[in-house]
Amino acid sequence: MLWKETEYNGWGRVLKATGRMARPEKPSALTGIFTENPCPAIGSLRSYGDAALNSDGDAIQMTRLDRFIGFAPETGILEAEAGVSITDILSTFSPQGWMPAVMPGTGFATLGGCIANDVHGKNHHGAGTFGDHIESIELLMADGKVKRLSANRNKDLFRATIGGLGQTGVILSARIRLKPCSSRMIQVDERRADSLAEFMGMLETSTATYCVGWIDATAKGSALGRGILEEAELTSSNMTPKLRKARKIPMDAPSFALSPPTVRVFNKAYFNRIPEQGRGVLRSLEDFFFPLDKIHDWNRLYGKRGFHQFQCVLPDETAEETLTEMLRRISNSGLASPLAVLKRTGSGNAGHLTFPIKGFTLALDFANANGAEELVRGLNRLTANAGGRIYFAKDSLATPEDVAGMFPEMADWQQIAGTADPNRSFETDLTRRLKIRGKK
Amino acid sequence: MTETWIILGASSAMGRAFARHAAGTGATVILAARDIEDTRRSAADCKSRGAPQAIAVAFDARKPDSFKPIYELAAAQHGTINAAVFIGSMPDQADIDANPMLGDDTIQDGFTGPVNFLHGLAHLMEERGSGTIIGIGSVAGDRGRIGNYTYGAAKAGFHTYLSGLRNRLTRSGGHVVTVKPGFVDTAMTWGLPGMFLVASPEQVAQDLWRAAEKKKNTIYTPWFWRYIMLIIRSIPEMVFKKLSV
Repeated sequence: MLWKETEYNGWGRVLKATGRMARPEKPSALTGIFTENPCPAIGSLRSYGDAALNSDGDAIQMTRLDRFIGFAPETGILEAEAGVSITDILSTFSPQGWMPAVMPGTGFATLGGCIANDVHGKNHHGAGTFGDHIESIELLMADGKVKRLSANRNKDLFRATIGGLGQTGVILSARIRLKPCSSRMIQVDERRADSLAEFMGMLETSTATYCVGWIDATAKGSALGRGILEEAELTSSNMTPKLRKARKIPMDAPSFALSPPTVRVFNKAYFNRIPEQGRGVLRSLEDFFFPLDKIHDWNRLYGKRGFHQFQCVLPDETAEETLTEMLRRISNSGLASPLAVLKRTGSGNAGHLTFPIKGFTLALDFANANGAEELVRGLNRLTANAGGRIYFAKDSLATPEDVAGMFPEMADWQQIAGTADPNRSFETDLTRRLKIRGKK
Repeated sequence: MTETWIILGASSAMGRAFARHAAGTGATVILAARDIEDTRRSAADCKSRGAPQAIAVAFDARKPDSFKPIYELAAAQHGTINAAVFIGSMPDQADIDANPMLGDDTIQDGFTGPVNFLHGLAHLMEERGSGTIIGIGSVAGDRGRIGNYTYGAAKAGFHTYLSGLRNRLTRSGGHVVTVKPGFVDTAMTWGLPGMFLVASPEQVAQDLWRAAEKKKNTIYTPWFWRYIMLIIRSIPEMVFKKLSV
């Protein structure tokens, strides 16, 4: 059958949608749907909030359009259908010496999703976002026609599609530039940072290609903002990675699993596991880039009420002051989970709505418990006041007012998206909630 | 030893998953399906995934003229020739009831088409003294049920043919695996009511590969369908005829 009536949710499991979903297995089936009913495309539903939900209409799941179309081993340029996952690209091409130039924190994300959210990775300070490594995009427009976009051809639409939340059309396929990798292993150095100031200093002076910090969001007082810095470089190790088998979470965890005392104890142990003088380890690419992918459905650990994810980026000028205030509120609330990340971001803007700006980014999960929504709403306000941005792929609680001043190119983008999709066929729950498409 | 897999119905979800699996092991794949343009894209995919050669070729179970080019392609390959058959069509039984000639298509797609194709290939496999055929039947072929008995009958006929072909090819070193999938998450079952314990095409492809390696004769995939069908087959006809399972 073409359509399935179904309920689906964002990765955080708080926001849900009910509607018809199609899952074409050939591009021609998709074009068939579009002659009657253009609607938004979704990937593997790894956006946390409602970026991939459409309660007001139909949706097209792209995960079965997941073929590699061509690969040039001389240049490392890969052309693939939008539904291929990042893990599929990594595991197919890393044995041949190539890997995606930018990878998000989960390998389940699809190529189309990575473009539409212009994702970033642990090398953003050097490599920019996913959108900085795209040669061209094939876009199915609302009128059923297919356009090829690149930096030279339809360049406005190209920029508006990168990070464009699917609002310009359905990404059918793309040509991306992979980067060489000499092995399937990565050398990781881990060091403790005892305070926020020290942590930020370490992130700022790090020269590593990949750099990410785990932050103990339960720490208070002089330990506020302490954490572990991970710096990593690709190696030429000849070791074959030992890939552990993925496990499943069989049921929703009870609410005490991630309660404040458990998280405090866990975080303390996790911090102390790194010796004071630091340590170096060799990891597989998969283990380093997608640490949580080995646990399928880890979102069930937060219980049936789900969780909110908050991610902001703050400019250098306001970062330290704002981060201190944010961490103080978070640790006092007792709502933090062990999953908290602090990273340095570089400049670069592949798309009009690309999230990162030069500065620092903080990302955290909060179980959907009493007080969590209020806390996140407050953090969103702090972000807006500090001249920062929130990340649409993660957000479920921001308001149109929060977002209004965050993206200087928003008006340009709205105009391009409006021309590409005049009937607003591609709106999602997120674009309606945040009024991103602007006035009609 | 070089291996070649002919995959009939290569653009189905199961055919695609199996082709990728074969490509990943370094086998040459000949992808045969009706939609040649789309099959070419699948061939490119298989090449990226490790197939030394991936050839797309047009195939239509209802057009016997389309068989010969595939035999020629296979004969041109060295080493062992294998085939996996993923074709079949399952229209609503109600549509066939309304238009009985529709049943003919189902029988050609699920029975006479694949049978005639395999019959034309068998002697090449005998000559080579090796090779495996994987035939996708269905649990629907185990017992005629009100919901899809024309489809079920075509598949039951196919099961019987495969068992005879197994008997024949064993003598020259070949092998035939009969596969009876339960519910698989494909375009055919997407959105159908009453689906449960649905297997992914990748899971099924893995099962098929293992069954071919271990020279299994008949497998159910996922495995528990063997027991579900054991129960369904053991219901006495005088009771079964009144049921709508």
